[in-house]
Amino acid sequence: MITRHDLRHAGLTGLWFMFLTFPLVVIKINPIEHTVHWRWSNMVWIGVVSFLASLTIRLVQGRRRTGENEKQQSLLQTSVRQFDLLRRPAFFRAALITSSVLLISFPLFFSSYQVNILTTALMYVVLGLGLNIVVGMAGLLDLGYVAFYAVGAYTYALLHLHFNLGFWMVLPIGGLLGALFGLLLGFPVLRLRGDYLAIVTLAFGQIVRLILENWSEFSKGPSGIANIARPGLFGLTLSPEATITYLYYLMIGLVGLTVFVVNRLQNSRIGRAWQALREDEIACQAMGIDKTKIKLSAFALGATWAGMAGVFFAAKTTFVNPASFTFIESAIILCIVVLGGMGSIAGVMVGALILILLPEYLRAVADYRMLAFGAILVVMMIVRPQGLIAPKRRTYTLPSTHNPVNSSDVPASDR
Amino acid sequence: MFPLLTVNKLSMDFGGIRAIDKFNMRINAGEIVALIGPNGAGKTTFFNCLTGIYQPTDGELLWTLPNRSSRTLNGLKPHRITEQGLARTFQNIRLFRSMTVLENVMIGRHCRTATTILGAVLRPPSVTREEKETIEISFALLERVGLADVAHERADNLPYGAQRRLEIARALATEPLLLLLDEPAAGMNPQEGQELEALIRSINNDQIAVLLIEHDMQLVMRLADHIFVLEYGRLIAEGAPEKIRNDPAVIRAYLGEEGIHHA
Repeated sequence: MITRHDLRHAGLTGLWFMFLTFPLVVIKINPIEHTVHWRWSNMVWIGVVSFLASLTIRLVQGRRRTGENEKQQSLLQTSVRQFDLLRRPAFFRAALITSSVLLISFPLFFSSYQVNILTTALMYVVLGLGLNIVVGMAGLLDLGYVAFYAVGAYTYALLHLHFNLGFWMVLPIGGLLGALFGLLLGFPVLRLRGDYLAIVTLAFGQIVRLILENWSEFSKGPSGIANIARPGLFGLTLSPEATITYLYYLMIGLVGLTVFVVNRLQNSRIGRAWQALREDEIACQAMGIDKTKIKLSAFALGATWAGMAGVFFAAKTTFVNPASFTFIESAIILCIVVLGGMGSIAGVMVGALILILLPEYLRAVADYRMLAFGAILVVMMIVRPQGLIAPKRRTYTLPSTHNPVNSSDVPASDR
Repeated sequence: MFPLLTVNKLSMDFGGIRAIDKFNMRINAGEIVALIGPNGAGKTTFFNCLTGIYQPTDGELLWTLPNRSSRTLNGLKPHRITEQGLARTFQNIRLFRSMTVLENVMIGRHCRTATTILGAVLRPPSVTREEKETIEISFALLERVGLADVAHERADNLPYGAQRRLEIARALATEPLLLLLDEPAAGMNPQEGQELEALIRSINNDQIAVLLIEHDMQLVMRLADHIFVLEYGRLIAEGAPEKIRNDPAVIRAYLGEEGIHHA
């Protein structure tokens, strides 16, 4: 039932959005003819759409509230259960095999333009998985993650420029330097948490970009570094199309390595300690976990992947400049993690593909990308705070024959 | 019997307020000791000093290992203290809420295992073995506290009494010589209270000393070998349960001045 209260609320929401988006969607200044173009129809659209959206959300939430008068907890679990299909090992394996076959055969069926876009998306998968270690597992909100990406990219650009080092040589160096910068950021923020941590990491990201922009002798400033070599393949010269395909497969390899390593870390003594740190810092220390060490390791390992992705980025575009490493990049990577599901590897992969591929195919509304980002995040926080694919809690079997719990094939939520 | 923990004139100030004032205590290996006192007497503050969450303003915490070598606990970080063999539970339950029951106990094994980052990625046989051992020990501990059948539930889905028992299992996973329990019976029904008493006795039978903060006097009188009574941060009485039961200072602390006349 739609009450008058609902209508009023939705109406106010519509007005508020019209007001908020007014400067962005209504006013268009033509600097050449010195005229202002007023696009009032856009405002009407915004008003109507946000009115309807707000009304729908209110109705859905109202039904939920009256329908099951249970605790928030059980509500969460029912929505998690919808994705239980993914938790069945057989289904999961089938999905894994299908998607890997699709990914591997992709360049055979699609143009190099498409392949190039997908390569970019996969790069963000690596970035998302790296940030996932810091934000998703260890619960440390890092808004300056792009700094490590920049470190990786400039590592390759500068080492290539000055010492003519190749891609394969620099890839591990980029990872190591990323880790080093992760530690560099980690030390001063050891005692910070929550909002304070977010602010300092945000500033760190800005500092790195500003240094790259202003220290021209070192980084060539805003004009950037061009003519970076692409990755070599045993000294062969590849055609432009072949290079794109080659880069694509390299990226697939890097994604595979990332998933393998992150997955193993997650299900280990180290991964459990990260999660304990996220859950309760005091209890975590009381259980004998060295808070300093485990925090620093999360920062360093997260940054390693950004460093390697950065090297790859420089090799792919053959050009780097500070404009590629603005705060918006950090925000996008964070969106990937939050949208996909904090702490969930599959979730982060899906999140990256959605957030990077969608804008590419929605070029028509590219101007409103930031608006859409904000909207998606707000809606996600309301509807599915645990992300598209919520992290799966691992179940363990008792290795001996004597076994009080059935087996790991039965997820806890099924029993 | 040797003195596992010796506390010498421990004081703790918060700004101008003295929460603990020159407190002395001795816990022998394998003993059950209770620390009682009215609310705000400084009992939990004492636990926090002991486990390194607070740095005491003054005084000494002396720790003696079974091989009779002694060292001070002052200035050690919380995780180092846990390594030395002190494990604790919390008055306001602090489980890793979104992790499973089993994982909570497995985290307790952290300081007794050694897998490094590289080891976790490469998984050599030694790591696989250690992981298997961790799971086995954790399951065994869950069976001991009666939680094995909910091993894969989220910790915050457990009922209150079960969460308290899980905290004990998690603390036992760190292989303590001294277990610190902060009001373990709080909020438990009589049945759960009895089970808890049996559990504490069985833990004590394994030569683990127990230091107990508890308001349930019957439980304290039945369990404790030795009782310390705190009031406003000062030690007002210590001794065997019978002695404490009849100590005028303790009765005054708990019941007020008139309590003496009626008692």
